[in-house]
Amino acid sequence: MNKAKTLKQIGTVVVAAAISSSCTSVKEYQKNKLNDGEMVLANRKIEKTETSFQTYREGASGANGGKSGGGCGCN
Amino acid sequence: MKKLSLVMIGLYVGLFAGFAQSKADSSKYKNHKLSFEEANIVSSYYSQDGNNSAVTGGIGTEKLTDLSNSFELKLYKYDKRYRKNSFNFELGIDHYTSASSDMIDLKANSSASYNDTRIYPSINWTRENEKKGTTIGTGLSYSHEFDYVSYGGNINFAAKTKNRSGEFSAKFQTFFDQVSLVQPLEIRTLIPTTSGREGRSKYPTSPRNTFDLAMSYSQIINQHFQIMLLGDIIAQNGYLGLPFHRVYLTTGKVVQENLPNTRVKIPLGIRANYFLGDNLILRGYYRFYTDDWGITAHTASLETPIKINSFFSVSPFYRYYTQTATKYFAPYQQTVPTAQYYTSNYDLSNFNSNFYGAGIRLTPPKGVFGIQHFEMLEIRYGHYSKSYGMQSDIISMNLKFK
Repeated sequence: MNKAKTLKQIGTVVVAAAISSSCTSVKEYQKNKLNDGEMVLANRKIEKTETSFQTYREGASGANGGKSGGGCGCN
Repeated sequence: MKKLSLVMIGLYVGLFAGFAQSKADSSKYKNHKLSFEEANIVSSYYSQDGNNSAVTGGIGTEKLTDLSNSFELKLYKYDKRYRKNSFNFELGIDHYTSASSDMIDLKANSSASYNDTRIYPSINWTRENEKKGTTIGTGLSYSHEFDYVSYGGNINFAAKTKNRSGEFSAKFQTFFDQVSLVQPLEIRTLIPTTSGREGRSKYPTSPRNTFDLAMSYSQIINQHFQIMLLGDIIAQNGYLGLPFHRVYLTTGKVVQENLPNTRVKIPLGIRANYFLGDNLILRGYYRFYTDDWGITAHTASLETPIKINSFFSVSPFYRYYTQTATKYFAPYQQTVPTAQYYTSNYDLSNFNSNFYGAGIRLTPPKGVFGIQHFEMLEIRYGHYSKSYGMQSDIISMNLKFK
């Protein structure tokens, strides 16, 4: 459970850092790094099967933009 | 299996041939004709092994392989009011073998000989009003395998903030599923009927419904940093266990897994992506999860794509996951006969897992292998292990055409 507590603390720090950061207005021509294919704020297509097997093999699911039902994962 | 391989090869060849003949779309600006946007092929091979199968009551082989392929086609068209309409067609085909499914009949051969194919097409439409910064959409999905059928639908909405640096989105998804009641052979009370040309057994079914409201808010912090907050409320009802999962009681008697017919799940997550310098990206994710079956879980992952040059990157990643057990879980022969609900499914037990690996991504300016429309090739490998011994490996490939 210590690891879980550490994870909670890391999560809190990240949220606090993000909220406390002053958001600057970014113009379209300044977004070349934000628009990089690896900066996308979602699971990438190649992670699709990984997300599926984790949904089936673990008790938790959701909050990742993926599916939350449909398809058995019976085995 | 041979048939399936031929279908795959046919689809690959067909797609390559199609792109070889198509012309480059140089003027995407406000195109009122239905036009090609991109196509993706994602293939994965997954293999797992362990000794805690729920089919045999928490003991026995978990050996399983899954060959997964999906084909996605995106088209778009601007309407008269200059709103972008996107159409997304997807077809997924999985072929799996499972040793544990063989054990529905305990007298069967225990090799990984049981196999099935899952087919899951979907179609989605979105309409983006670039002027207003809003998007609406809807979609339908279907999934079919031998003992499970699923019908899905969704509606979604997204709106950008005035300065376009933030976006709120909401998606409501529903899945109406039918679980075939395939019971372990030695305690079978529901006898299947034989039907169809091939004389396949037809089992009675039971419904399983899922309702998911998923919301997110993304925010650009600066030119290098953006975050997203995610939250879902998921409610399920119907048959939520699996009919062929055995539970061995302390008395030695074998019974069918029995779980409540409702479940509410609440996952909350945050993503944070940071472009550090010119060559390194930090992709972080954290999720807290809780449900009314007693599971609490934490997930944290970090992926660090390193740009070797402008068209080649290497991405090592690590994911840590931990969960508490559902209150209904007990290992082999530890369930008391007076328990109302019970399972020996180790996926619902107390464990932690590690998942690590790396990927490569190739996006040459003249196309992969010099093929102009072959925009990206990505390959990724990962090794997964649970604290109670289950292990798996997965290798995936994404081909993108534009």
